[in-house]
Amino acid sequence: MSIFVNKNSRVVIQGLTGQHGSFHAEEAIKIGTRVVAGVTPGKGGSKHLGIPVFDTVHEAVTRAGADVAGIFVPPPFAADAVMEAIDAGIRTIVVVADGIPVQDMVRVKRYAAGRDVVIIGPNTPGVITPGECKVGIMPAHIYKPGRVGVVSRSGTLNYEAVEQMTEHGLGETTCVGIGGDPITGTDFLTILRAFKDDPNTEVVTMIGEIGGNQEIEAATWAKDNLKKPLICFIAGLTAPKGRRMGHAGAVIAGPDDTAAAKMERLEALGAHVVRNPAKIGETVARIMK
Amino acid sequence: MNIHEYQAKELLRKYGVPVPPGSLAHSVEQAVAAAEELGGGRFVIKAQIHAGGRGKAGGVKIAHSLEEVSATTDGLIGRRLVTAQTGPEGRLVQRVLVEQAADIAREFYFGLVIDRVSQRITAIACDGGGVNIEETARNEPKRIVREAVDPAVGMLDFQCRKVATHLGLGDKQLSVAVKLMQALYRCFRDNDALLIEINPLALTREGRLLAVDAKMEFDGNALYRQPQMNDLRDFDEEDPKEVEAAAHGLNYIALDGNIGCIVNGAGLAMATMDAIALHGGRPANFLDVGGGASPEKVANAFRIVLSDRNVKAVLINIFAGINRCEWIAEGVVRAMRELKITQPVVVRLAGTNVEQGRAVLAQSGLKFLTASQLDDAAMKAVQVVNGAQP
Repeated sequence: MSIFVNKNSRVVIQGLTGQHGSFHAEEAIKIGTRVVAGVTPGKGGSKHLGIPVFDTVHEAVTRAGADVAGIFVPPPFAADAVMEAIDAGIRTIVVVADGIPVQDMVRVKRYAAGRDVVIIGPNTPGVITPGECKVGIMPAHIYKPGRVGVVSRSGTLNYEAVEQMTEHGLGETTCVGIGGDPITGTDFLTILRAFKDDPNTEVVTMIGEIGGNQEIEAATWAKDNLKKPLICFIAGLTAPKGRRMGHAGAVIAGPDDTAAAKMERLEALGAHVVRNPAKIGETVARIMK
Repeated sequence: MNIHEYQAKELLRKYGVPVPPGSLAHSVEQAVAAAEELGGGRFVIKAQIHAGGRGKAGGVKIAHSLEEVSATTDGLIGRRLVTAQTGPEGRLVQRVLVEQAADIAREFYFGLVIDRVSQRITAIACDGGGVNIEETARNEPKRIVREAVDPAVGMLDFQCRKVATHLGLGDKQLSVAVKLMQALYRCFRDNDALLIEINPLALTREGRLLAVDAKMEFDGNALYRQPQMNDLRDFDEEDPKEVEAAAHGLNYIALDGNIGCIVNGAGLAMATMDAIALHGGRPANFLDVGGGASPEKVANAFRIVLSDRNVKAVLINIFAGINRCEWIAEGVVRAMRELKITQPVVVRLAGTNVEQGRAVLAQSGLKFLTASQLDDAAMKAVQVVNGAQP
């Protein structure tokens, strides 16, 4: 079992014929991902990597049976692509683009409100269920099937945590990056809820960072509802106030969204807080014993 | 992206938001001429720098005569102004805004932000002006009113009336306030703003509403569709190393430590800084080389990190995902040779083709400290700046 994507997922890549879409579709196919369609407006009717290309997501759904979308179009076109996928009835959407204007995401969130859809990203490494399906840009070979659910904001810190887990002989059910933007399609809470309902996920690792209060919101829910150990790390202990640390969303606005304040709150909410980013794997292994 | 107060006020004028009469001056002569033309007996001289906290730092002064305008301007232009937000080196004041001083009866705070909780453009107002809004929100939440805007319908008049009545604006001022808030919302939406702060928004004794100060921040990701914003950017207000880094596709933020950091990914870059601190060291910078860290990018990263003279050692932490470690290693070796780097360099490579990457480093004949794990890398970097023999 897993969350959001598995070996039966039928993936459409929006922007399949572009450089990034093409490269990452091929990588995903190598681990068994079923990429059933591509969408590039104006190239409908052609084939790319042997995959049928359509002009619209609607056609990818009705003619190729796509039910998961991976969006690899450049930032100026990403919001439209997400809304097209929602309109076509896709229920799991991954937006990789880094650099989507915030007000575009405000509109996307309004469009998605009240519809049963999970939007992962933007500015995300994506989602992977090791050995089954990858929609994103993460290096699939470092992920091993197992029983840890991983959710992070960042990409490389997700890889770092996973490699540490591998060293301790652990693997993952599903790994999700929610993305580093101030407004993300899906928050930590939504991912924790999904992990709760996945019987194969034994523990959940949440890797957050400075800015916003998503981690606290998620841990507050987890305290009484997750029923599985929650291990947390918050990056940015050394970040100065008021500066955006690479991610548009990673900025300390007030005393509550510093890494230290967040870690303190998380601990009070019963989460296992790892203060050293190099000890994430070790901590997960200890708790799973 | 931030702009100056005088630029923000020009933009406000275009949207019909009343601001005090004033003009920009680059010299004492220009300031005096501006005051003469404005007329009246009271002027405000405001240093134009991007950092906040100008008032408390002496960057905003009242002048009661042309002589005082001259003396005040002379004391500001060409000097470095140190405020709570500039750091100890301060900012060079190159221009001042000369305004007619408003006759203020009451002051308010009015702001528009992208609120992360409601995920919408949200108006925030407070019945006192000049306040630190975050502090007030925490200590006296009842003084603050918020209205989140539904993007499908935009800011609605009734929302503006709710805000205005919270501020105690009734009678004739109610409709004036609605018009002003609507104009600010349009300005925010049309220009892809992230923040518009009118602090204070003043009610004058004649009963007019006036934006006495204005702070604006715009979305750097939206500049492709807001080309007019590029003309408003003032590179003098930005750290030249950060500007250069951005031109090379690198994300660099200067800090005050002595261990230079070159990392891929924002999250891992922050975690690397944290690991250094946990071992008792101090990072000199945040630097994210991003995806596709080519040898050129690595070389540029080295150059920018080492242009900070405090840097005593460099820690490279790369988790190659779609990258390959040997490419990164080749970039490091090339940069070390070309730049003749003398500071100790700690390299931690992980991910795709890590063995090949380590082999490239080993065969280069250059002196590296290598580490296979994050903790080890941070520890070695701290030890080496503390003078320990690696």
